[in-house]
Amino acid sequence: MVRLADLPEWEREHMLDKLKNLSGFDSRPWVKGGPLRQRRVAIVTTSGLHRRGDRPFAAGAAATDYRVIPGKVKAGELVMSHLSINFDRTGFQQDINVVFPIDRLNELAREGVIGTVADYHYAFMGAAPIRQLEPKARQLAGLLKKDKVDAVLLTPV
Amino acid sequence: MGALGHYLEQEGIATTQISLVREHTAAIGAPRALWVPFILGRPFGVPGDAAFQRRVLLAVLRLLEAETGPVLEDYPEDAPASTAAADEAESFACPVSFGKAAAGDDASALQQEIAELAPWHDIAAQRRGRTTAALSGLSAEAAARFITDFIADPQKTSYREDLACGLALRLACEDIKAFYLEAVSAQPGQSAAHQAHEWFWRETVAGRVFLSLREACLGHADPSVHGFGSNNLVPRAILHTLGAVT
Repeated sequence: MVRLADLPEWEREHMLDKLKNLSGFDSRPWVKGGPLRQRRVAIVTTSGLHRRGDRPFAAGAAATDYRVIPGKVKAGELVMSHLSINFDRTGFQQDINVVFPIDRLNELAREGVIGTVADYHYAFMGAAPIRQLEPKARQLAGLLKKDKVDAVLLTPV
Repeated sequence: MGALGHYLEQEGIATTQISLVREHTAAIGAPRALWVPFILGRPFGVPGDAAFQRRVLLAVLRLLEAETGPVLEDYPEDAPASTAAADEAESFACPVSFGKAAAGDDASALQQEIAELAPWHDIAAQRRGRTTAALSGLSAEAAARFITDFIADPQKTSYREDLACGLALRLACEDIKAFYLEAVSAQPGQSAAHQAHEWFWRETVAGRVFLSLREACLGHADPSVHGFGSNNLVPRAILHTLGAVT
């Protein structure tokens, strides 16, 4: 994002106010891995992406669900039902890769820069309270391991 | 985002992430993060620029090879001026006659405006091979009718039994907004993101109708409708300029 110092005061205050909800993550987990060329990579996005026909993201308890995005998904199948109206969607409308860089990731795999791309990727909706994502995130870890994923690219919107 | 990094890493899976708000990522201590100076909604910088996206992707993936952490690096390259804030001063071409469309009552003016934009939306959809105006399952005309009918009679129920009224309204509004922004992107002239949003909210009948819808929602007894009107309909930037921040 643009630097906080460049934002209008009301928006800067809004962003800084969120800091009070981010305390308590004091552990510093760190998983070592092999070289990038051997990694199997999945994308986990909080952009509220899903396929047409999937249940849209909603407020309340349903906000912590995730949606499954098959690796072979076509761009035309993906839509976005994030609750927030305070970010640009025109980039995504032009090119899904500006939010969900699946084509770029597949190119890197074909070139041998990374090992392989996961069969499945996942989308949360970033307006959900972050601590309430924990059960689903730990559940997701089990699914990622079954897909032999050893590196996750996390991307917000 | 950083919280997900903590949870997945605690479960034994290495993570690397894009950071959009550096202060948030630093506070949460995400294991590996690349802060990028792009607008919210564009974590890989530039739509349609594969080379730019690739550079960002490589930079964030290479953090996986860091020996120790947490790591929080700054991406050194801004989005090109043609797509960033620098082009916001350029003119935003909009050849549709919206003044004429706005002459009647809002419901019929909105339908007329949608009809005027429809050829441009068709071009955008053909050019891109897709449309993202596909959440509600309604056409733009039907979504607009649902919204203006709701403003006239806020007791109107959802168009789908499986959707609470607040969610039904949100999906209809998202589809209309996507229809407008996709349509205007096909018109001649540059369309910086900021300018497209300004156009939608300040110059279209749809923007005016959405503001009326917000008023209808704020007075509604259904919490899903009130919450939608309060938080998920009009951007903070627009509310601030209207002095309507709650």
